[in-house]
Amino acid sequence: MNRILHMKKSTRSSLFTYTLVIVAYVVIQLLRAFREGGVGSVLEGQLVPICAYVTMALALNLVVGVSGELSLGHAGFMSIGAFAGCSVAAALQNTVTLDPLRLALSMVLGAVIAGFFGFLIGVPVLRLNGDYLAIVTLAFGEIIKSLVTNIYLGVDADGPQFSFLSNNNQLGEGGIELIRGPVGVTNSERIATFTAGFVLVLVALFIIFNLVNSRTGRAIMAARDNRIAAESVGISVTKYKMIAFVTSAALAGAAGTLYGCGQVTFTATKFDFNTSILILVFVVLGGLGNMWGSVIAAAALTILPEALRQFADYRMLVYAIVLILVMLATNNPTLWNFIARIREQRQEKKEGAK
Amino acid sequence: MNSKKFLAFTMAAAMTLSLAACGGDSGSASSTGDASGAGSTSTVESTGSAFKIGGTGPLTGTAAIYGLAAQRGAQIAVDEIQEAGGDIQFELNYQDDQNVPETAVNAYNNLKSWGMQISLGSVTSQPGIATSVYNNEDRIFALTPSASSPDVIEGKDNVFQMCFSDPNQGLASAQYISEQGLGENIYIIWKNDDVYSTGIKDQFVAEAEELGLNVVGDSTFTDDTANDFTVQLTDAQQKGADLIFLPMYYTPASLILTQADAMGYEPAFFGVDGMDGILTMDGFDASLAEGVMLLTPFNADAEDEATQAFVAEYESRYGETPNQFAADAYDCIYALKLALETAGCTPDMSAEEINDALVEVFPTITLTGLTGDGEGITWDSTGAVSKAPKGMVIQDGAYVGMD
Repeated sequence: MNRILHMKKSTRSSLFTYTLVIVAYVVIQLLRAFREGGVGSVLEGQLVPICAYVTMALALNLVVGVSGELSLGHAGFMSIGAFAGCSVAAALQNTVTLDPLRLALSMVLGAVIAGFFGFLIGVPVLRLNGDYLAIVTLAFGEIIKSLVTNIYLGVDADGPQFSFLSNNNQLGEGGIELIRGPVGVTNSERIATFTAGFVLVLVALFIIFNLVNSRTGRAIMAARDNRIAAESVGISVTKYKMIAFVTSAALAGAAGTLYGCGQVTFTATKFDFNTSILILVFVVLGGLGNMWGSVIAAAALTILPEALRQFADYRMLVYAIVLILVMLATNNPTLWNFIARIREQRQEKKEGAK
Repeated sequence: MNSKKFLAFTMAAAMTLSLAACGGDSGSASSTGDASGAGSTSTVESTGSAFKIGGTGPLTGTAAIYGLAAQRGAQIAVDEIQEAGGDIQFELNYQDDQNVPETAVNAYNNLKSWGMQISLGSVTSQPGIATSVYNNEDRIFALTPSASSPDVIEGKDNVFQMCFSDPNQGLASAQYISEQGLGENIYIIWKNDDVYSTGIKDQFVAEAEELGLNVVGDSTFTDDTANDFTVQLTDAQQKGADLIFLPMYYTPASLILTQADAMGYEPAFFGVDGMDGILTMDGFDASLAEGVMLLTPFNADAEDEATQAFVAEYESRYGETPNQFAADAYDCIYALKLALETAGCTPDMSAEEINDALVEVFPTITLTGLTGDGEGITWDSTGAVSKAPKGMVIQDGAYVGMD
């Protein structure tokens, strides 16, 4: 106990985050195994998307919270990861029969491709000083959406076939259509599991904590806090911002693959500006730079719209209001004072009654 | 500043509380009363003597007109059956899916935990593809009113469609245009981020080639660019098109008609079943739709008694003319009733037992519905419906049969 108390604040925080995730996983798995009806069919269906959104929130927190740049197109990286990863998973269907291995391979590939796109965007933009990343990533997300909507990709015995705008692929016998333009991807099997999602979240946490609490992480934060001061002591701001951004893009790609492989079908329009903003909301609500906050916020806000189904037509309205309430409540000194005052008054009354 | 924040907080809290009251009301409202007229999700208290029917559809968001129409059409049928009495009664529960597959699956799971015995699938195609897979895995019978993509029923023995499929519409449109000699030079404007539009267009182009129709060009739009069509129309004009094929829903189509009129360009327009509803659209000058041709299974101006009763009921409840989504959903409920009667199912049977019985029975029944054009609607065992799309032309603000 004493050791925990005397730990460095950052170590304690990361230890808390790991514990939180592991405990949540164990509790849910126990419920699924031993309770009749498990965790309920609604939550059961949301487990994989929750893991994907948690990873997305962690990835974006690395850019927004730790490196202090605003990205408004993270759904674009998720999209790349989802389409690339699911295509690979479907193409390898007959060669790699072990589902977890196939999923892991797809995730790695999804991460690499998304990371590469992150690098391409970062090269010009992260050299600039200002909010340019927000503008460019916003456009990037929209471009990816428009491009992917027009891609037709198939694979047969002779290898992959690709066409753009209209479907000119002539697939031979046993060929699989991987991406079908506006119809998107239709998975024949859903290989993403809750355990895979849990592992991905742990890996993301491991990468982020090790990055943030290293020499590199301190350089990233120094560049965030004062660019000029950081440059004056010889820190290459572009390089360190790039490390954070590419890592984040790669994690987002892996999250996209997890999401995609857990869905029956998805289209490019799913990963639009609204999704980017939704993930940003997770990050802001959980606290900038606060990883366990992101985990909780992402999980809670994914479950919330489903939990509000009893409000029928007013569901999304209530969702918005609850969101505003939570934002105000978690960051409102007046309210805290108000509650504290009421408590004091009650205590005084109690004491007075005695 | 702080006091302002505090005020904002209190206001938001007050709103939540008042909404919680509203939500509570509509949640417990019985569909026998007029509460269902408010357009909220109406669920009857379980009596144990009614079949639980669930469906997902976009009740909010940009596609809400289709989801709401289907929900309302089905609700009218359920209420009619209740009034008429009889052994077979239904409880209807429509959940919002915002036209997103992920949300549709959540909504479907929600219905499953509610105890859904028979499903109305999803209203729109993309969510329909997602939920139909779960319908098949969980062995819950589904009859979708309007998810028209062939992917919805493909490889699933227990998913049936009430609407004709997208390729069928493309096929029928091309044949109609060719048979009736409606146009020499055809131009297509289609929505390339939409399954429905793409499905119809692909089949149309293939069939047009076969029939020797001259397609002079095509152009696309997406959700984000559906607010200006001057580029597409100018292109069509320059290519000398005298017939423009519009495989899309009526909202973008109405804009195309308006802009073509403003340009002084007057080709013939040919739409599909998504065009149905254009005459009743708010803020659209219906006179612009004069001479527009479309294929639709449902005609709100039809003379027969069943259609007139349905249209009158719908208008008195919701203040608008029903479109084909409402009619398809209405037919769905009666098709289920007929099938359940034929199979001799009772509400205390499990979803799986009902499923097995309905899969057997469905290909054998014939329904005389609103959308069957008097000849009756039948299904084959793949789940596809067989009913003929009907060519209509808009004359004096009403549909008139084309042949």
